[in-house]
Amino acid sequence: MQRTISFTLNGRPVRVTVNDERMLLWVLRYDLGLTGTKFGCGAALCGACTVIVDQEAVRSCSTPVKEVAGKRVLTIEGLSQQGGLHPIQEAFLKHHAFQCGYCTSGMILNAYALLLKTPRPARAEIIRLMDDNLCRCGSHTRIVDAIQEAAGAMKGGAK
Amino acid sequence: MRPEADLSRRGFLGLAGSGLFVFFRVEPIEAFQEPARLPSRQLYPTDFNAYLRIGADGRVGCMVGKVELGQGSMTALAQLLAEELDVAFDSVDMVMGDTDLCPWDMGTFGSLSVRMFGPALRAAGAEARAVLLQMAAERLEAPAGRLQVEAGVVSDPSSAGKRVTYAELVQGKRIERHLEKVPVKPVSAFTVVGKSPRRKDALEKVTGKARYAADMALPGTLHARVLRPPVHGATLKDVDTAAAEKVAGVRVVKDGEFVAVLHERPDLADKALGLIRAQFNRPQPTFDDKTIFDHLLKAAPPLQVVGESGSLAEGEKLSASILEETYLNSYVAHAPMETHSAVARIEGGKVTVWASTQTPFPLKQQVVQALGLTQQNVRVITPYVGGGFGGKSASQQAIEAAWLAKITGRPVQVVMDRAEEFFYDSFRPAAVVKVRAGVAADGKMVLWDYQVWGAGDREAKPFYDIPNQRARSAGGWMGGNPPGMHPFAVGPWRAPSVNTNTFARESHIDILANKVGRDPLEFRLSHLSDKRMRRVLEAVAKQFGWEPGRAPSGRGVGVACGIYSGTYVATMAEVEVEKSTGRVQVQRVVTAQDQGVVVNPDGSRQQMEGSITMGLGYALTEEVHFKDGEVLERNFDTYQIPRFSWLPKIETILIDNPELPASGCGEPPIITMGAVIANAIYDAVGARLLQLPMTPERIKEALKRG
Repeated sequence: MQRTISFTLNGRPVRVTVNDERMLLWVLRYDLGLTGTKFGCGAALCGACTVIVDQEAVRSCSTPVKEVAGKRVLTIEGLSQQGGLHPIQEAFLKHHAFQCGYCTSGMILNAYALLLKTPRPARAEIIRLMDDNLCRCGSHTRIVDAIQEAAGAMKGGAK
Repeated sequence: MRPEADLSRRGFLGLAGSGLFVFFRVEPIEAFQEPARLPSRQLYPTDFNAYLRIGADGRVGCMVGKVELGQGSMTALAQLLAEELDVAFDSVDMVMGDTDLCPWDMGTFGSLSVRMFGPALRAAGAEARAVLLQMAAERLEAPAGRLQVEAGVVSDPSSAGKRVTYAELVQGKRIERHLEKVPVKPVSAFTVVGKSPRRKDALEKVTGKARYAADMALPGTLHARVLRPPVHGATLKDVDTAAAEKVAGVRVVKDGEFVAVLHERPDLADKALGLIRAQFNRPQPTFDDKTIFDHLLKAAPPLQVVGESGSLAEGEKLSASILEETYLNSYVAHAPMETHSAVARIEGGKVTVWASTQTPFPLKQQVVQALGLTQQNVRVITPYVGGGFGGKSASQQAIEAAWLAKITGRPVQVVMDRAEEFFYDSFRPAAVVKVRAGVAADGKMVLWDYQVWGAGDREAKPFYDIPNQRARSAGGWMGGNPPGMHPFAVGPWRAPSVNTNTFARESHIDILANKVGRDPLEFRLSHLSDKRMRRVLEAVAKQFGWEPGRAPSGRGVGVACGIYSGTYVATMAEVEVEKSTGRVQVQRVVTAQDQGVVVNPDGSRQQMEGSITMGLGYALTEEVHFKDGEVLERNFDTYQIPRFSWLPKIETILIDNPELPASGCGEPPIITMGAVIANAIYDAVGARLLQLPMTPERIKEALKRG
């Protein structure tokens, strides 16, 4: 159904008039111009499109835009907007926890939600909670290191 | 259908007649392929201006035909130029894979960016530095030999304050002066090479600012979805687009077998595609993923000898025991996280294509041919590429985008969905290897007769000291196979040929060692006079803490070694096998690598970690299933690639070997992953796996065989 949907995107209110069954990924990328969120599989199987909706990591390729009405959506573009990088981004940078970079936005945002819920995760917890985010280049070991370091830098105070 | 006003049928057929039926071709187009043999002479330009430009602001533009796929060439190549030119690494801005701005390059593959292109770039930097020094000597009225250069500033140490910058000398212009035979720096003088600076792409990639082909947002872009056949070789019988045309804002392009729907929103184009009703004539293939191996043996061309020495008859005579085995591996997909993507725009008769491709220059040639344009009127730009692994050597999506841009007069984006990505992938070929090898009474290998069908001949010849040996190969990934040998496109998959050949060779060596009651490491070393191979084996054994033993020892440890693109690797692994389920967890992997000079140690380790992790996939799960011509893999649910939970502890060792020039590091360790895990599984539970991937089912079967 065509209708106007309002939500908060990276701290700012937005309104889009769209078919409300369309997936959030496409509305973010092509209606709102935020291309940091990637298409990988279209079936919530890879995590490249992960964004944060009200503190939860969701797969935007499989989330109809109507489901975010009135909610707060955070994308990779919003993570560093307060001047300077978020500690998770800093840690990914330091560890070179990426290669091609295509899965990186999703990895960072999934890690963001992970640290909100589990501020001091054990290595095994990071592995378990990141398991549905795929990386083909094989940066996994560095991503785990980066998340551990970010958790330390945030001192349990995830935000 | 709403035909496009600007497209006459004649115009369309003209296009179709100029080679556009690539869309339904099964065999990959030769020009897209990684060449099986490297060109015998370098085709890189000799004028250093092709590679570098010094701006009035002091920034250095470095133009290379290579592309950044994640492998880190953007950083390593910037280091090479900064080193030779004596400018700060941070002052170098890379321009990559743009056919209007960069010197020609055949493509980014084969771990060759540093190994083969590196020398050309270094020579350009060294010559430019010498010319700049000469210009500075004239400006400063001092002998060039007395001058020093640091970070693009030339100074005269004997006269304080006498200095001039590269930027001042060049003033943003092209440097017209040239010098001949300027030597590059010796390794001992390196200050930038050998370090691990922050990757050039790091900040953009952690902030989501990195642009990939599908991120090129051009006003008025139409997103195209193309009607694809259900199986390879199918032809379109009948199509009904009436329902699709009712989607508001959709455009339908239809001619012959090619049908596409376009919309300003990709998901709505996708919806329209789903409304098309099409019937296809399907071929009736007689083989599937289970019977493919028999088919390959029948359909392959005759075996060609790729290496031979001694006499096989003599080897047979000398052998006290002879062992023969057949090794198999399935088709494997590249499955990069970014699917094949492209955006094309036509302005003033010139086509610009932004493409996720490993081969921008060959792609340009394809677009020139497909659209009937001149060289000057086609430009391919390669933004960041979201993984390639060989699969983006083919770029049909970019030709489709260019063609549709011509038809519609609008910028057009083509992004394959995941099912198309699997369907049109140029898989690593399925292969059959037969090895017959013999050991004499004194424990020496005296016979090695090796035959490989389907994989290709790279590293088919063993590097072990075996007096009587022959290696033969039939067909492979590089094209030129008899029609119908492979049921779909095959192509280079990270370290082509060599994953298969290393799996077979290194598995068989272990079987022989076991047969004669020897430790597999000691058995290898006793047949190796190649010092580089001995060194990587000894280095990995030390780090791993290898203790001699005879398999199956129950410890679950294994070893394998090999050579790829001039680089030597040896890997040891430890695995746990759950006998009841056949499930394998790789606990630890240690790899030692000798790649000659190491340009960027952290970058090399990243590539090693990536190769090890990716290699777990073809070893344990990755297999393309197909039946009745249909590729059954459509997404990551059935096609399982390595995940966080598979992660072993990974340790990488870089051998210090500055005597040899830098060779490739993007692929080598992946070649050892099949055999090292097979050998470790045998050591754990006594089950010998002869087929990749080593799925739980196959492991349980092997356990039953004992």
